[in-house]
Amino acid sequence: MTEEILTVKDLKKYFLTSRGTVKAVDGVTFSIKEGEMLGLVGESGSGKSTVAYTLVGIYQPTAGEITFKGQDIGKDFSKRLKPLKKDIQIVFQDPGSSLNPRRSIKQILELPLKVHHISSNKGIIEQVAKLLEMVELPLDYQYKYPQAIGGGEKQMVAVARALATNPSFVVLDEPTSALDVSVQAKIINLLMRLQQRLNLTYLFITHDLSLMRNVATRVAIMYLGKMCEVACTSEFFQNPLHPYTQMLLSSIPVVSDEEEMLKPKKILSRGEIPSPVNVPPGCSFHLRCPEGMELCSQVDPGMVEVGEEHTVRCHLFQGAKIAASTSQGEE
Amino acid sequence: MERSAHATFWSRKLEGFGRGWYKFSRNPLSIIGLIAVLLVSFLATFAPFVAPYPKHAGVFVNFAEASQPPSLRHLFGTDVVGRDILSRIFFGFRFSLMLGVVVLTLVVPPGVILGLTAGYFKGTWIDTVIMRITDIFVAVPPLILALAICSVLSPNIFHAMIAVSLMWWPWYTRLVYGLSSSLRNEFFVQAAEVTGASRLHILFKEILPNCLSPIFTKMSLDMGWVILIGASLSFVGLGVQPPKPGLGTMVADGRIYMPDQWWITVFPAFAIMLVVLGFNLLGDGLRDLFAVEEV
Repeated sequence: MTEEILTVKDLKKYFLTSRGTVKAVDGVTFSIKEGEMLGLVGESGSGKSTVAYTLVGIYQPTAGEITFKGQDIGKDFSKRLKPLKKDIQIVFQDPGSSLNPRRSIKQILELPLKVHHISSNKGIIEQVAKLLEMVELPLDYQYKYPQAIGGGEKQMVAVARALATNPSFVVLDEPTSALDVSVQAKIINLLMRLQQRLNLTYLFITHDLSLMRNVATRVAIMYLGKMCEVACTSEFFQNPLHPYTQMLLSSIPVVSDEEEMLKPKKILSRGEIPSPVNVPPGCSFHLRCPEGMELCSQVDPGMVEVGEEHTVRCHLFQGAKIAASTSQGEE
Repeated sequence: MERSAHATFWSRKLEGFGRGWYKFSRNPLSIIGLIAVLLVSFLATFAPFVAPYPKHAGVFVNFAEASQPPSLRHLFGTDVVGRDILSRIFFGFRFSLMLGVVVLTLVVPPGVILGLTAGYFKGTWIDTVIMRITDIFVAVPPLILALAICSVLSPNIFHAMIAVSLMWWPWYTRLVYGLSSSLRNEFFVQAAEVTGASRLHILFKEILPNCLSPIFTKMSLDMGWVILIGASLSFVGLGVQPPKPGLGTMVADGRIYMPDQWWITVFPAFAIMLVVLGFNLLGDGLRDLFAVEEV
């Protein structure tokens, strides 16, 4: 029986800028079970990275609750206890800037070990070697500086640094989007193997839906700071309900006709994601939605459960749910 | 295995140094600057041994040889009391360099630490307090304050150093503030924070090493400026006091004998120019070197 390791409830993160309040994350609710990989997918500017940064404590939530292993961690990061910092780690998008160019790989990997007193001074050398071995890098890489190694290798070092504290939950913020395609697969495979070996829980943030089909246990779609649809991977790809999800799925490029058949009917993507400073009223997606109704521009729909572990935030299914429950009542 | 890896680490460092030197040496002006700085440093350090008349640095009078134009015996001539100008210039370098070095050692550490802190805490009250105080100090021209301090206290080189230092740290605070406030948003700083590294670690191990090249460049350029200010103070009689041979003092002493005994003024003036130009060219060279290196 798997337990929920992290629950996020109505998380909000607003930024005050000169142009107005940016609602980067506006009421996001989800949970992650132990050992699973939740894929959080969205366009640029949908607020998915903000969710990640809020979870690891770089940002402080404006409102909402974050519960990790039963503890409330949505408070001030400076009051977050060390064991907690040890347990939640992050791998950043750009390995080029996530490693300090003035510190050797060894120094980079030593830092978390020293901060959390994971091993004695003598043990640190062995521990660094172990970490490098874990991410399949040669031992003499520890004497190199980040600029002397390749992008994929840098990301491996970043993974090793995140795993140095032996965390149980790792946020992967687009860990492959800055890398060559050939290296992407290598990193993904490594991450999958490490997940099994170390029993890790991942929140995988990406805009690559086809990748999620192969690796994630569940997929969540974000649009303009809000969740659109959350479902198990198989359900998500076979029975996508939200018009936005359908639009995204239909835009995945495919090679063969058979694959084309599997995809939902082609829905052309209209327009750009609106600025989070000026979120449209009602459902934030209604301006681009092919199914748009009058109701959509007035009322923001709530999250509705339409199936087992399948929730959608759309007016199309709001009614369906109500109809289903009333018909049940009549029986 | 371990040892050989270490060896390659050092050979790589050396290689990087060699590449840097190659880039630096491409620019002839930088080389001129470096040579000027090395020459002046050498002459200043070994002044008692390389000066033709070491005794002429202090109280010395020889009216028999007073006001002699440049000759083989006295390459740069002699002043009105018969002291060898060349020898006095060598000793004058000592005061100039000492002023520069002392001022920069007094100024750089506090300036850098304040800048790092203010930049890291950008947007908080710590930032506001530090940067507003910095603004106040920046608003006062260093030379004017140095003049004021030296005329209130007794005029000597020590007070001049204090006065210049007091006015110089804000420039380092501002420089490092800009760097630090942008570096704190870098992912490697965020990563250290998420892990729970201490503030001290983040400021001095993650941010500071990335600020060093601009700091060193500025130090080299500032050596020239500080020496120039020291010379100005000496010129108006508030710096190095006679009979000690400050370059500015020597220029001031000779100016009443212009233009007939031009050598008393002109050679020390050229000496000031050599030092200041040397440090500026060296600084420019370093700046270009780091600018390319950083990419």
